[in-house]
Amino acid sequence: MEIKFTLNGEQVTIIDEPTRRLLDVLRDNLGLTGAKEGCGEGECGSCAVLMDGRLVNSCMVPAFTVEDRDILTIEGFRDQERFKAISRGFEKAGSVQCGFCTPGFVMAAEALLRQNPHPTEEEIIAAIEGNLCRCTGYSMIVEGIMIASREGDGLW
Amino acid sequence: MLNISDSVKRNDFDDKIEGRALYAGDLRDRDMLYARIYRSQRQRARIREIRLPRLPEGYEVLDYHNIPGINRVPIVYDDQPFLAEGEVNYIGEPILLVLGRDRDVINGIMSEITIEYEDLEAINTIEESILKPYVYCFADDNSKIEYSFTRGDPDLHIDRAEKVFQDRFHTGYQEHAYLEPHSFTCEVVDDNIVVHGSMQCPYYVVEGIKRAFGWDESRIRVIQQPTGGGFGGKEDYPSIPAILCALGAIMTGKPVQLVYDREEDIISTTKRHPSDIRIKSYLDANNSIIAMDIDVRLDGGAYAGLSSVVLQRTIFSATGVYNIENLKVRGGAYATNKVVSSAFRGFGGPQALFAIEMHMENIALALDMDPLEFKREHFLRDGDLSSTQGEFRNRIKLDEIAEMVDKDSGYSLKRGSTGKEGETLRGIGLSIFDHGCGFTGAGEADLLKSKVRLMKYADGTVEIFVSSAEIGQGVQTTLGKIVSQELGIPLERVVHNYPDTRYCPDSGPTVASRTVLIVGRLLQECAMEMKKRWDEEEVEIIKVYRYPHDLAWDNETFMGNAYPEYSWGANVVEIHIDPATYKVEVDGIWTVYDIGTPIDMKIVQGQIEGGLVQGFGYGLMEEFDCINGSPRQKSLTTYVIPSSRDFPKPSIRLFENPRRKGPFGASGLGELPIVGVAPAIASAVQNALGKKVCRIPVTPEYIRELMEDGN
Repeated sequence: MEIKFTLNGEQVTIIDEPTRRLLDVLRDNLGLTGAKEGCGEGECGSCAVLMDGRLVNSCMVPAFTVEDRDILTIEGFRDQERFKAISRGFEKAGSVQCGFCTPGFVMAAEALLRQNPHPTEEEIIAAIEGNLCRCTGYSMIVEGIMIASREGDGLW
Repeated sequence: MLNISDSVKRNDFDDKIEGRALYAGDLRDRDMLYARIYRSQRQRARIREIRLPRLPEGYEVLDYHNIPGINRVPIVYDDQPFLAEGEVNYIGEPILLVLGRDRDVINGIMSEITIEYEDLEAINTIEESILKPYVYCFADDNSKIEYSFTRGDPDLHIDRAEKVFQDRFHTGYQEHAYLEPHSFTCEVVDDNIVVHGSMQCPYYVVEGIKRAFGWDESRIRVIQQPTGGGFGGKEDYPSIPAILCALGAIMTGKPVQLVYDREEDIISTTKRHPSDIRIKSYLDANNSIIAMDIDVRLDGGAYAGLSSVVLQRTIFSATGVYNIENLKVRGGAYATNKVVSSAFRGFGGPQALFAIEMHMENIALALDMDPLEFKREHFLRDGDLSSTQGEFRNRIKLDEIAEMVDKDSGYSLKRGSTGKEGETLRGIGLSIFDHGCGFTGAGEADLLKSKVRLMKYADGTVEIFVSSAEIGQGVQTTLGKIVSQELGIPLERVVHNYPDTRYCPDSGPTVASRTVLIVGRLLQECAMEMKKRWDEEEVEIIKVYRYPHDLAWDNETFMGNAYPEYSWGANVVEIHIDPATYKVEVDGIWTVYDIGTPIDMKIVQGQIEGGLVQGFGYGLMEEFDCINGSPRQKSLTTYVIPSSRDFPKPSIRLFENPRRKGPFGASGLGELPIVGVAPAIASAVQNALGKKVCRIPVTPEYIRELMEDGN
């Protein structure tokens, strides 16, 4: 099946099985390995990307459903100003350790800040509930998003 | 010059946050084949016959016959095969390796393989293993590893005792649940095997390849890729996927990638040992403990793995932070037909500390004493010896640590007013703990002989060559800081890449809270010497660990310094229990640690917060169990680890107590934050319920059982 969609601002067409997972399309067909497979069942958020601005676990998204949609991955997002604000926040707070979950958390932070540029701590905790991290204990990630929201004021 | 504790930007930060860091499963090659492992579905069986489907062209199935050398994982005992040889001992044990271009086709082949088994009697529990010790292939004597040691004259003091208190505790399995499952990519280049993988110990993999293929070390190159968490789960276990992936590459001549999916990772990889610990304390008329008798039993699983060393740490840690002058300790690790138990952050410490801390509290409560006061009276103090009669080389600050955590948390004040408040049950609990840092006994000198290499180039940059793996704990940043600080050059001029065994000497495994303490100290010594020769254009300094004169260890009698260094800590946890759901809600966490001088505060904070949350998972939530050897939890949906909502931000305080031998006064850190969490929680639950908590995890089901159990 031929599937056309927007990926990181550019039109792409892939030919594959309609039920292939978006995660495999990104990693295998398109060589974008920023989204990771941590569990393969939508539990850990390591494969999170934005679909039409909404956070989705790409391991749970069949390829045919992305037809005409807009997909943003870490590879597209990392050149944007908002990414830089999130990156600075994560750096200041020490939000990154092993890094495997990190692109997923960055995408979750972007999805939250688009909806709510000035979240409270509780709102951040709720927004990242679908992303698992085994290294940090989360509070340093919450703080990173808080700093990004504060210092990136006006970007969202 | 900056203060060594001030935080800097991690050197792996940009690659990781930008999604550019290439983990082993991210590597791609046009010719690359995928591999999957076909695993035992039986708990213990003979393999009668393996029937393979007709294989499409370009697909292969390999078994143990394809391993030309020794088909045994080289770790303490040679009992575990890479691929089963006619017999399986646990569900999930590797039997076959299936290779080919397309993962769907591989999965098709996997589903058409049939194996005819002859089931054999399987062992499920420690008790069964002790009763039927004849059925195994485990360590040297087939079914168990047992140790014992004594201190002082326990029998004499047991006879003199006025009071006796005893407890029995059980702890469960814990799965590492690193976010990145086991991953390797291997290829043969110019007759050499090149292994890229997710691992803590590159030289364990080198050793495995030497063994399995009989190859000379000069033909083996192991490169650690960015590694998505380890926690001990990537200490010994990666030798299996690494060697199988290398086998695929050697047999096909093509690059091969082997990445576990989450289910097979949970089912088949190592876990923290479940334990059954009995402690009996003998007190005199003044309520002082004059002797202790401790019996430790660990569930080792199907193969010995690192059970012997984990068992040693469990028994050496069994008296916690207390000075017990007359002591009898016995310990055993027993074979069962279940997944292999092995290394996990804390390495036997969390089981031992849970038992001793709860036992000390139980004695205090029975004597109607304040638990902290009773503990304080038995604290190790300067001049006291460890359980194995080793001297402590630095000041012991337990009184100060206990006072600090009590003050910060209000433990003593709150402890009086806990219990029932309306329908809600409130409680507060405390633990005091230590962790021996570095390899057990004289292991650093006898087994590891760590070697490090530091190079200065003509352009003034300096490069670190060690085998210590960056697994998220920040080692590339902390070691770089130690070198740059000692040399007095900016951190940017110190290069530190992921270990590649072609260039990096064997500085030992990335385990046992030893990297900063041992490898960091050796690098600091290299830097001291380099500083003197700074005017030379190129300088290479190599240093090898030497056993310090003031340490001694007898591995037969278990006497002397069980560890080269210690770190210390205290946790207080405040909770309430929802009477409708029996769920424990944590309201406050207060911690104090003595880790010598912190090397980078941000990294230290990350290790502490992450270790705490992993400890809360262990104490409260994380359940893994087997029914006839079949794991009940096979995914991150059923094996539930903490999420962002589960625990509040902890209060963290460091008690500065610089060590004489650590780099810039540092001691070990990585494991300490997990070892004392479970007893603090269990103590809080016990305080809320007024009932003894004898096992972890303290799940809602267990709390309900306790509440419904009469009085």
